[in-house]
Amino acid sequence: MTNARQFCTFYLENHLFGIELRDVREVLQQLELTEVPLAPYAVRGLMNLRGQIVMAVDLRRQLGLPERPANQPAMNVIVRTGEDAVSLLVDEIGDVIEAGDDSFEPPPETLQGAMRSAIRGVHKLEKQLMHVLDSERACTVEERAAPMAAER
Amino acid sequence: MSDEIVREFLVEGNENLDTLDRELIQLEKDPHNSATLASVFRTIHTIKGTCGFLGFTKLEAVAHAGENLLSKLRDGALLLNPGITTALLRMVDAVRQMLQSIEAIGNEGERDDDALIQMLARVTQGDSLADAPAATPPAKLPATALATAHVTKPAIPPVARGKKAKTKPATRHAATDKKSSHAVSLPVEAPVEVPVEAPVAAAHAQVASAEVAANASAGATTKEAPLDAKIVPANPETIPRSEESDAAQAQPASRTSVSEGSIRVDVALLDKLMNLVGELVLARNQVLQFSNAADDPAIVAPSHRLNQITSELQEGVMKTRMQPIGNIWSKFPRTVRDVATSCGKQVRIEMFGQETELDKTIIEAIKDPLTHLVRNSVDHGIERPEARVAAGKRAEGCLTLRAYHQGGQVNIEISDDGAGLDQEKIRRKAEERGLLTAEKAARLSERETLNLIFLPGFSTAEKITNVSGRGVGMDVVKTNIEKIGGTVDVQSAAGVGTTVKTKIPLTLAIIPGLVVRTGGERFVIPQVSLIELVRIDGGEARRGIEMVHGVPVYRLRGRLLPLLYLDRELQIQKPAVSSAPEGEPVRNMVVLQADGRQFGLIVDEIRDAEEIVVKPLDRRLKALKAFAGATIMGDGLVALILDVLGLAQRTGIVSEAGERATSAGSAEVHEASAEKQAFLVFAGPDDARMAIPLDALARLEEFPAARVEKCGAESVVQYRGRILPLVYLNTALEERRQTSRHPRAASANAEAGVIQVLVCNHDERAVGLVVERIVDIVEERAEVKSAATRKGVLYAAVIQEHVTELLDLDVILAGAAPAPAQPREWEPAGVRG
Repeated sequence: MTNARQFCTFYLENHLFGIELRDVREVLQQLELTEVPLAPYAVRGLMNLRGQIVMAVDLRRQLGLPERPANQPAMNVIVRTGEDAVSLLVDEIGDVIEAGDDSFEPPPETLQGAMRSAIRGVHKLEKQLMHVLDSERACTVEERAAPMAAER
Repeated sequence: MSDEIVREFLVEGNENLDTLDRELIQLEKDPHNSATLASVFRTIHTIKGTCGFLGFTKLEAVAHAGENLLSKLRDGALLLNPGITTALLRMVDAVRQMLQSIEAIGNEGERDDDALIQMLARVTQGDSLADAPAATPPAKLPATALATAHVTKPAIPPVARGKKAKTKPATRHAATDKKSSHAVSLPVEAPVEVPVEAPVAAAHAQVASAEVAANASAGATTKEAPLDAKIVPANPETIPRSEESDAAQAQPASRTSVSEGSIRVDVALLDKLMNLVGELVLARNQVLQFSNAADDPAIVAPSHRLNQITSELQEGVMKTRMQPIGNIWSKFPRTVRDVATSCGKQVRIEMFGQETELDKTIIEAIKDPLTHLVRNSVDHGIERPEARVAAGKRAEGCLTLRAYHQGGQVNIEISDDGAGLDQEKIRRKAEERGLLTAEKAARLSERETLNLIFLPGFSTAEKITNVSGRGVGMDVVKTNIEKIGGTVDVQSAAGVGTTVKTKIPLTLAIIPGLVVRTGGERFVIPQVSLIELVRIDGGEARRGIEMVHGVPVYRLRGRLLPLLYLDRELQIQKPAVSSAPEGEPVRNMVVLQADGRQFGLIVDEIRDAEEIVVKPLDRRLKALKAFAGATIMGDGLVALILDVLGLAQRTGIVSEAGERATSAGSAEVHEASAEKQAFLVFAGPDDARMAIPLDALARLEEFPAARVEKCGAESVVQYRGRILPLVYLNTALEERRQTSRHPRAASANAEAGVIQVLVCNHDERAVGLVVERIVDIVEERAEVKSAATRKGVLYAAVIQEHVTELLDLDVILAGAAPAPAQPREWEPAGVRG
């Protein structure tokens, strides 16, 4: 395995995603969020992470996936972005997986939209594909407000 | 002069001197190192500047001479040689001695540094290159210097006594030296003068003798001698602890020296501590909640201690971040001098309240805006001397800086006694620059006109100077001050002067805020923006809130206040409650001020006022312009802090500049900088104009007359779950007492079915004062025009050009002070008894 990297993996709608482990600060159970009115659609709110205020971005919304069922608690993957930390809300946490460059492929040309800009590519693992998220881009929320808030 | 400033100067100075010693030695090894040279120059320059401000003229003179020499070196006109290094080190020594003297007795001591200064000057001229080092080995310079002292100055008996044997050869040597080279004799005397007086004298004498000893034993011929001679004077502080120290010197020596009593700490570390303390406060709150319920002494006692310690720790950490505003002001005398000189003006600067403390981040943030304002005042505000004399003023203008605390804020005023702002000119200029139309300009009030100077691209200076007047600055000043939650306002009187007033929050880290709730979410409103809280009851909500072309407004004391609904602004969908019938029983309005404009914000619920720890918002959310930050509440959840200015801008309340003067305070500003007080003016019985100080007022309320109930002889209303005793002005004021037993009958308001009540706090109890009509809130200087006319009135004053009676609330509210059930008739009886 060449250039093996470690990935923190998680699931969204049963798809496997991975973020490079060095970008991940910690993984947490769901914390109570304070909603931010007017905020971009993907921003679910702010949470108190031991005194630091952290913005929570719902990856399902960010990647254009269907909403998480209301009764399903989300998990927090806290990633570092520059000075700040951002929490990515995911469905379920998976294992830490090591993967090398040889299993990596860029995203297929036919992939479009939000998913295309947020993933670097896929790793062909034995059982399934792992989507590698670009942590910086995954945390970048559009200034555009949520659809229902578009008109005033 | 504040001790604090001197202390800081000493700490800084001592640190700088240590660096300087090191750097000079380093320079001697590598004379071409321009970076080191520049650093040495800067250090001396800083010392010179600071001591100039502090009034240590002797110190300044020495540093100045050194600076001249250094600037020659820096420019490459001279190359460092041992002679120059020695001269520089002597200067460092002299500075150090003076610092010690300042620390011990508060001034430089009686000393005469002419010789040292002349020596420095001579070296600067290049003389010493030919003279001293050439004629005699450099080593002899210090040695001969001191030796001469022993010969010529009889004023050093301690040294002579102590080191008699050793001084003799040196003395002889000096004598010969004096003959051989006359030129050296001047520099030679330099250090000699120093030891003669002051508490440090003995120390210098010691240094002197040590040097002499070094030189004498070395025979002043070996190459090692110069090194010794240089090192010894560089460490004079090692010597003063000797038994030869006199009384004055023993004192500072036994005490920890200032420079050792403080350390420098990285601000990032302080920030981290602050965060940790914030965390601790939250944890403490949770523990307290638990322990209050627990009722077990084993947990209650330690949690009380935890509570106390946490509070003290919080206060302590807060204090570490506080700095006196004098820190940035200290540079202004120099700034003023420079600017004044360059525009041919005479200006002196006066400063009051240098010790006023502000958080470090705020100090940093206001440094540039204040500097600009100061430069501006000198450049534009104060007239040239001839113009001043022609106007009957002193040729020298005066710039006054004033800082003081007021209501959780720091007020900083910069006043000049110049010509004042020319409103006509400002208006014309604003039109010329296309900043507003002529028609608009004509409608501006005085205050609005003056504040035009804060518009981008505005400059009234006829001549563009290199100081200011480039049309940038005042708008930047305003933006920067508003960025940290401050406000800026300008007042001016023709011929008398201009005052720029800024209000700055004390700290950005912890601010007082009001917690409100809307749509199930909590929000915090910074107290700074808060004017008042108004509760609009029941049917009044429907009548009070009117529409102007679909825009809701509220009549607050006769003025129309634009209204915002927080839930609508933030597009919060109401939870289940939204199905509640239209026209809910109570509406809560928070009257806010942003950029001098007031508006009402309707929220669902008004909670408590709280001190909150402000945490920065994720940069991606700052762009929303609705929130200034976030905070963590006692329950550990996050709450957003509303950005009042941002909200106002979003909704256009602020942007329509000059359209509407909403501020009740716009009736103000005629005097430049007199002490003013805010009053609530209202109409009492028989429409008499009366006022109370605004700070005595808790809230303004309007009750339906039907809600007034009797409790014994007392009139009361139920108010926020309590019983609020009412005091009718027409009964409370003495002369009305007999005439009107049923006060409400005469009231015009009573016919309308409502009473106007001023809720005041008296003896920690809320008391309602019933008045006829609320007139206005006025900020004015109350000049006492006549003494009390009747009981219950403190004095009569002219407020807003009307005679107004100022009520003595103590007397009036005392009537309501006994428990409501107590019959009123007892009171006079008790007094008589």
